[in-house]
Amino acid sequence: METIDKIKEQIAENPILLYMKGSPKLPSCGFSSQATQALMSCGEQFAYVDILQNPDIRAELPKYANWPTFPQLWVDGELVGGCDIILEMFQQGELQELIKETAAKYPSDAE
Amino acid sequence: MEIQNRITEKLLNAFSPSHLQVVNESHMHNVPAGSESHFKVTIVAEQFSGKRLLPCHRLVNEVLADELANDIHALALHTYAPEKWQGESTVPASPNCLGGSKHD
Repeated sequence: METIDKIKEQIAENPILLYMKGSPKLPSCGFSSQATQALMSCGEQFAYVDILQNPDIRAELPKYANWPTFPQLWVDGELVGGCDIILEMFQQGELQELIKETAAKYPSDAE
Repeated sequence: MEIQNRITEKLLNAFSPSHLQVVNESHMHNVPAGSESHFKVTIVAEQFSGKRLLPCHRLVNEVLADELANDIHALALHTYAPEKWQGESTVPASPNCLGGSKHD
C-alpha cells in the first residue's frame, strides 16, 4: 500500500490518533511525552503510530498534513495540532471536551 | 546565531509583532554544543486575533518553512493575540530531551 493511503486509512479508522516519537509508555521525545501525558489524562483510549519505526510515514505525513513537526494529534479525521496546541487546549479544558465527545461518538468495539 | 537571527528577522518582517522572543533551546537536547536545532518562539501579533491556534501556528510555520525543512529539528511555538498576551510568565516551559534525535 502507498504510504499516503496507509496514512489516510489510519486517520479514517482511528478517531483519536497520535503520531509520535516512541510509544506512550516509552516516548523518545519530550514533546511527544508531554502530548501523551495530556492525552492520557483525558481518560479515553487512543491509537498511536511511532514514526521512528515508520520512516515512510514520518517522511510523508508532514506534507499531507501541511504540518512540519511531530507529535501530531488527529481527531475525527482532522489535525488538531502539535504539542504546544495540545497542551494549551488541555490547560483550557478544551482537549478533555474534544476527546470525551469523540470517544462518545465512536464507542470502542475493541473491549 | 545565524539561524536564530534568520528566524527573528523573518518573523519581524512577516508579523510586525508587538512581542517576539526567539530562544535557542538546543543545549537542552542531545546535539553538539553550539547547535541551532531546537528553538522556542513566543510571538504576539495582530494576525493571531480571533483565530484558533492551528491556523496561527500554520502562519508561523509557513514563514519558517525553509528553516523547518532544512535547519530546525524542533520548534516550540507560542502564538498570542495582543489581547490574550499577559506577559512572558504565562508561556509554558519546553520539555527536556528524551533522546529522540539520537534516532535520526
